[in-house]
Amino acid sequence: MVIMQQPDLKVTIGEWTVKNPIMTASGTFGYGEEFSPYVNLEDLGAIVVKGISLEPRRGNPPPRIVETPCGMLNAIGLENVGVDKFISEKIPLFNKYKTDFIVNILGDSVKEYSALAERLDDSPVAAIEVNISCPNVKKGGVAFGVDPKMAYEVTKAVKEKTTKPVIIKLSPNVTNITIMAQAAEEGGANAVSLINTLLGMAIDSATRRPRLANIVGGLSGPAIKPIALRMVWQAASAINIPVIGIGGIRTVEDVVEFMLAGASAVEIGTANLIDPGVSGQLVESLKDYLQQNNIPKVTELIGSLNTK
Amino acid sequence: MKKDMSPSSQDILSVIVENEEVAPDIYLLTLEAKGISAVAKPGQFAMIKVTDVHCDDPLLRRPLSIHNVSADKVQFLYKVLGRGTKILAASKSGMETQCLAPLGKGFTIPSSVKSHCLVGGGMGIAPLLFLAKHIRESQPGSPVHVLLGARNKKELIAVEDFSRVDISELKIATDDGSKGHFGLVTELLEKEIWSKDEVNIYSCGPEPMMKAVAGICQKRGWNCQVSLEALMACGMGACLGCAVSKKGLGKENYLHVCSDGPVFSAGEIW
Repeated sequence: MVIMQQPDLKVTIGEWTVKNPIMTASGTFGYGEEFSPYVNLEDLGAIVVKGISLEPRRGNPPPRIVETPCGMLNAIGLENVGVDKFISEKIPLFNKYKTDFIVNILGDSVKEYSALAERLDDSPVAAIEVNISCPNVKKGGVAFGVDPKMAYEVTKAVKEKTTKPVIIKLSPNVTNITIMAQAAEEGGANAVSLINTLLGMAIDSATRRPRLANIVGGLSGPAIKPIALRMVWQAASAINIPVIGIGGIRTVEDVVEFMLAGASAVEIGTANLIDPGVSGQLVESLKDYLQQNNIPKVTELIGSLNTK
Repeated sequence: MKKDMSPSSQDILSVIVENEEVAPDIYLLTLEAKGISAVAKPGQFAMIKVTDVHCDDPLLRRPLSIHNVSADKVQFLYKVLGRGTKILAASKSGMETQCLAPLGKGFTIPSSVKSHCLVGGGMGIAPLLFLAKHIRESQPGSPVHVLLGARNKKELIAVEDFSRVDISELKIATDDGSKGHFGLVTELLEKEIWSKDEVNIYSCGPEPMMKAVAGICQKRGWNCQVSLEALMACGMGACLGCAVSKKGLGKENYLHVCSDGPVFSAGEIW
């Protein structure tokens, strides 16, 4: 019997080497530290923190979440402390851990996105994820997420203001995801991440009222995994920059499936809310999976889907 | 935004010691949870997965406030209201459940007041037993008054448990008069004659009841804490789903039940 060496979990996003492909999705992992009792944060490939805007946002009125079959709808409304407080209070926390933090930024205009990128350029964050896809704020975000021209503009503007790797987070609420992925690539993105939540709705038949105060919200959890896999596969087939897969990932099998579909890394989202230790466990189980299957490098999985 | 971290909270697989129906559709769940019972404080809660932690449906855990603790056990009192609690109600002793606890900020018990008064309505009595016991132990000299309200006699739960704690006064109100005062628990509170700052009020129950309790306390100059409930996904301040409007207007208008609460000073909310 051949005893395999420790498998190599490193993946690269452009020039940036990540210690393993397990990341956390924005809005499901706080600022990281909240999860330190359950996960050794340094085990993770990267931590994507809650989305940040230029000015603080109070978010949507409650109720903001509702459980749906194998999933949940949320309409948090991008509640956040704003970039100033983020830089003064949250970024110092990142220095406590030897792990890469990714800041997720969101805005209402190209100008806001580029201002955010500029503000964060000399911070110790490893990369910037640009949220052009949150469905919950009427005037912002989503217009960029469904219009390839706008996606291109935002990507270009952010790239001009930062030296850090830029990841464009794509919305699934489009007819053709490859067009959006290509727009991000043309704008100079170092990677795309997908999918954000799917626009959905829940109604209480007894009260005849919507279950969310915002009426509509973003669907996440295992329910969206097949759609996410399909879109990751389509996007990865259409572009030459890395794809980060997101959508209903909870088990190591899910991780492997996304990588086979073409993802270079994955972000764990809703699963963190149910099982706060899951991201750390996934790093371990991925290592075990590779060992058991005699795969020396995790990168061998990327895009190796057998369609014959 | 203040965020109280609970470094002592943990996520453990605990054995169900007992899951007993104590009143129609109301269950008392007892878990073996040594690490949790040792650090839990009155007013804190747990996130419990009603199915195997790997089961996708129902997806989310259910928040339950801690009803009682003993050396190595934690108890929860819950009513079957939906699919999650229905599944939980069917759980048998010996089965295991994933329990994340203790979470949130519990009741603050000031030593400066002479008396303590606990006002519970319906399932709102759940966190109050633990609180009554805790005050009794930490301040043996202070009078503890307990006012409990329910729709009817059948839905009055844990009354005997309260009478076993050495409290000074236990008054009951039912909406249909089947036991105690015929009317609302808030009417019992109104009759109390404490002077300003003499008493600390702790309340948990339906929102209109707590709001009424808060109103009475404001008028009489009694310090009041309320324990709120909300739909939540994570229970630990990550998803920001459990927003509750803060009193007054301001930029940061929302508080979060799981991390800023579930216990709030009534003046923060109403």
